Amino acid sequence: MAAFLLRRLVNYMVLIAVATSLAYMLAATALSPRSNYEGRNPRPPAAVIDAQLSRYNLNDHTPLFERYLRWAGGVLRGDLGSTWNGDRVDAEIGRRIGVTLRLILLGVVLGSVAGVLVGAYAAVRQYGWFDRLSTAVAFVVLAIPTVVLANTLIIGAVWLNDHLGAQIFLVSGEATPGFEGGVAGGLLDRVKHLVLPTVSLAVGQIAVYSRYQRNMMLDVLDADFIRTAMAKGLRRRTALVKHALRTALIPAVTYFAFTFGSLLVGATITESVFGWHGMGEELVASIRTNDVNTVAAISCFAALAVLLASLASDVLHAVLDPRVRVG
Amino acid sequence: MSGAVLEVRDLEVCFGDVRAVRGVSYSVEAGEVLGIVGESGAGKSVTSLAVMGLLPRHAKVAGSVLLHGTELLGAPEKDLAAFRGKTISMVFQDPLSAMTPVYRVGDQIAEAVRIHQKVGRERAAERAVELLDLVGIPNPRQRAKAFPHEFSGGMRQRAMIAMAVANDPDVIICDEPTTALDVTIQAQILEVLKKAQRETGAAIVLITHDLGVVAGFADRVLVMYAGRQVEAGTVRDVYYRSRMPYTIGLLGSVPRLDAGKRLPLVPIEGNPPSPSCLPPGCPFEPRCPMAIDECGLAEPPLTEVAPGHRAACVRADEIGDSGPTPAELFDVGGGSGTTGPGFTDTTASADAEGGAVPMPVAVPPFPVRLPRERRDVVLEVEGLAKHHPLMKGAIFRRRVGTVHAVDGVSFEIREGETLGLVGESGCGKTTALMEILELVRPERGRVVVFGRDTATLTPRERMAVRRHMQVVFQDPLASLDPRMTVHDLVGEPLAAHGYKDTGPRVRRLLRLVGLDPADAARYPQDFSGGQRQRIAIARALALEPRLIVLDEPVSALDVSIQAGVINLLEDLGRRLGLSYLFVAHDLAVVRHIADRVAVMYLGRIAEIGQVDQVYEAPMHPYTQALLSAIPIPDPDKERERRRILLEGDLPSPANPPSGCRFRTRCPKFKVLGDARRVRCVEEEPEVRMLEGDHGAACHYAEKLDVV
Repeated sequence: MAAFLLRRLVNYMVLIAVATSLAYMLAATALSPRSNYEGRNPRPPAAVIDAQLSRYNLNDHTPLFERYLRWAGGVLRGDLGSTWNGDRVDAEIGRRIGVTLRLILLGVVLGSVAGVLVGAYAAVRQYGWFDRLSTAVAFVVLAIPTVVLANTLIIGAVWLNDHLGAQIFLVSGEATPGFEGGVAGGLLDRVKHLVLPTVSLAVGQIAVYSRYQRNMMLDVLDADFIRTAMAKGLRRRTALVKHALRTALIPAVTYFAFTFGSLLVGATITESVFGWHGMGEELVASIRTNDVNTVAAISCFAALAVLLASLASDVLHAVLDPRVRVG
Repeated sequence: MSGAVLEVRDLEVCFGDVRAVRGVSYSVEAGEVLGIVGESGAGKSVTSLAVMGLLPRHAKVAGSVLLHGTELLGAPEKDLAAFRGKTISMVFQDPLSAMTPVYRVGDQIAEAVRIHQKVGRERAAERAVELLDLVGIPNPRQRAKAFPHEFSGGMRQRAMIAMAVANDPDVIICDEPTTALDVTIQAQILEVLKKAQRETGAAIVLITHDLGVVAGFADRVLVMYAGRQVEAGTVRDVYYRSRMPYTIGLLGSVPRLDAGKRLPLVPIEGNPPSPSCLPPGCPFEPRCPMAIDECGLAEPPLTEVAPGHRAACVRADEIGDSGPTPAELFDVGGGSGTTGPGFTDTTASADAEGGAVPMPVAVPPFPVRLPRERRDVVLEVEGLAKHHPLMKGAIFRRRVGTVHAVDGVSFEIREGETLGLVGESGCGKTTALMEILELVRPERGRVVVFGRDTATLTPRERMAVRRHMQVVFQDPLASLDPRMTVHDLVGEPLAAHGYKDTGPRVRRLLRLVGLDPADAARYPQDFSGGQRQRIAIARALALEPRLIVLDEPVSALDVSIQAGVINLLEDLGRRLGLSYLFVAHDLAVVRHIADRVAVMYLGRIAEIGQVDQVYEAPMHPYTQALLSAIPIPDPDKERERRRILLEGDLPSPANPPSGCRFRTRCPKFKVLGDARRVRCVEEEPEVRMLEGDHGAACHYAEKLDVV
């Protein structure tokens, strides 16, 4: 098992290096930090711009490969370079990783667990009222764009707050700026901020997982081994949980790992609607501001996230399906 | 019957409007074996699942199932679960899908123990090992940690039996326990079942379509047809004094190992009725040669015809104890009327409709056969080999071994002759057949078709050879394009070879195989399995081939249908002077149809010769074991036979044993002295012609009568 994971890890390191390098090349070719300086009023002299850009390793007059080597050397030493106006990239990214993690962790976990349960139950009672209802709701949710869903939640929450006359749900940001009320009060404030984005992420996840899990479960429900388990004397419910769900969970786990990985950079809309300053927002902003090094750093992070997730899914897969360890 | 452990009364099962089981009653006593036989769709498995309470929820079950006097039907799930696996347990047909793939075999058996016994995890694991040992799995402690996919089919079925006997049940229901297995493995599993019964003293309900297995194993038999029991009684009563025409027909349609071509097979015309539209009277009436007007009025009840012997037939008394033989009853044996009326007008209309398209009947029927040596050789295979590389690794693929699928096979087929190529799954028979069909230079050895070496054929010549060599596959549904009509399917080879106006010829071909030419516009899904196989045969005959290669052509069919197809093939071969290469795993079928037989083991031929010689006096220990493992549907004979049980499973063809490949399982090798064994270990035996053209690949070949 350890050897298997190590082999995977080495493979992934190579993949990350390739993905990040390509992302850097693409960003360095397509984005033009020079235009940021040239657009200033008054326009600085060309020599000053060149010197400034060269200092940040962003000068498009330096050959691409030379810039790449300097950047890659920095990355290997743990230095992700500077933004176009000289700020440190690592500091900003580090802060935003924390924000994104806090935002999506709960939503994704809640969403997948609830989705799996909903899907499994719907499959067991196929064509029952729960199955029909969950199917209808899932498709409605899937058909609504995230931005609409999130804003509907905000409108509903504001309406509820108004009616109850208390600020139960807070709709903007991670915490109230300048909040004073001790540790417990601060935590409660954060929870109030977290509820809505978590729900908005979770609802979408539940919709996807429930459909997915329902189909996987239906595949195994008719399997002969469920019949065997019941012939052994297991109650239907036990047989379904121990033998059917366990087997049907394996593909969902793989899917979970990849969703988690991709949401780290992909929750842009949720972030911007609820005013959380996370990775997704930063990616969009850095492309808009021709920020080559930040784009490359986020790409690197995305690659790392996806591949770590895939490693995690390998581990989970091996736990649920011990056959892969033997094979 | 006071001591009945399980008693089923008037069991009825409906799926919506479809009545799958209609009034089945039986009872079994401790230590007794009840065989339930019938063709697919007769309701055998549904009956047993209903007893276990394992039918899907939408099934409606009525009647009564008493286990030790306790009613199971309608009992709450909690009570049922307490019985299942403890008092009544079940062995399923397909042991791979019947075990949860992600749990270890030992854990699954231990689970069965822990559900009903208050024992600790370790004690249960220990018990699982004991049970695996009981059912004859070598190294049980180690094998208990394996996953189901690491077990062979036979070992999985042993593990299933271990699971079933884990709590010392009083009734074991076995649903086709050996159908998915090879015959030598089937013999092992039946032994294990007998042992399990001795250990537990349980009653066994054995559900199977194999009349031979029942003959040797069961005490009493229940014959089912269209969801009803049509005959029930002791094995000897049902087999020797059958009172129901269906039973008589069923017994007559089974190819028997102990009877060659002398005894013609008796097909039952037509198909079993669909359970959704049953005929008003006796369900067998449309197919029954004895049917009278009264049969169509109402379904005859199951009545006692002799003490302990019941049959559902209005004419059961007329049939009497010394009833007609199957051949008399179904009117076969003489003449050529076996396959329907198509034959008579085929020859008659042949000249009238002549023209651009050649006639299917070019040779006169029943040609005078020359002695074998003077007939042409149509197919000669010499030292044929096919090795598959065994690769490993995802990115850097490397060869880690070789699968010796076929490793030096030689035989020849002469004009008008049928060679049966038999062996268990994995012996390389299908690979050999595919290599021959390729018509290219084989990896090693030589294939000569109609006197032409395939290595030297040009593409144009290859096309010409193909014309004379056609193929029929095992699964008639998969080998017929579902989107083509029967006319297009049968006419396709003609079109491919440039014939125009194929209509009349297709109609004649359909008549030839016993189908109605009016059905030419229908699609394969509209036909039953046997009819589909007839379509496939018509397609193979379209170009007037001289050689037809058949890959398990009847193994997917029920016995009563199978008999019709075998008779058709036999008849066509005789009338059209065809040669067949008949690949099959069923040695009884081969005995019926083949002139010569070649037995394969692990990619090599173990024994080859005239059918009667090989079956009556096999010389290779493998052939002897194989023949002795096949059950004969004759209770007295079957119970007197001595079975040569082979140990273990087929070795991997990637790593065959040195010297003789069979020595690891050979019963003869075991009794040889060390001095003589050396030869088996070191020298690979070639096929030696020992008596005329009867040869065996064994250093110490000796005749032995095992049938």
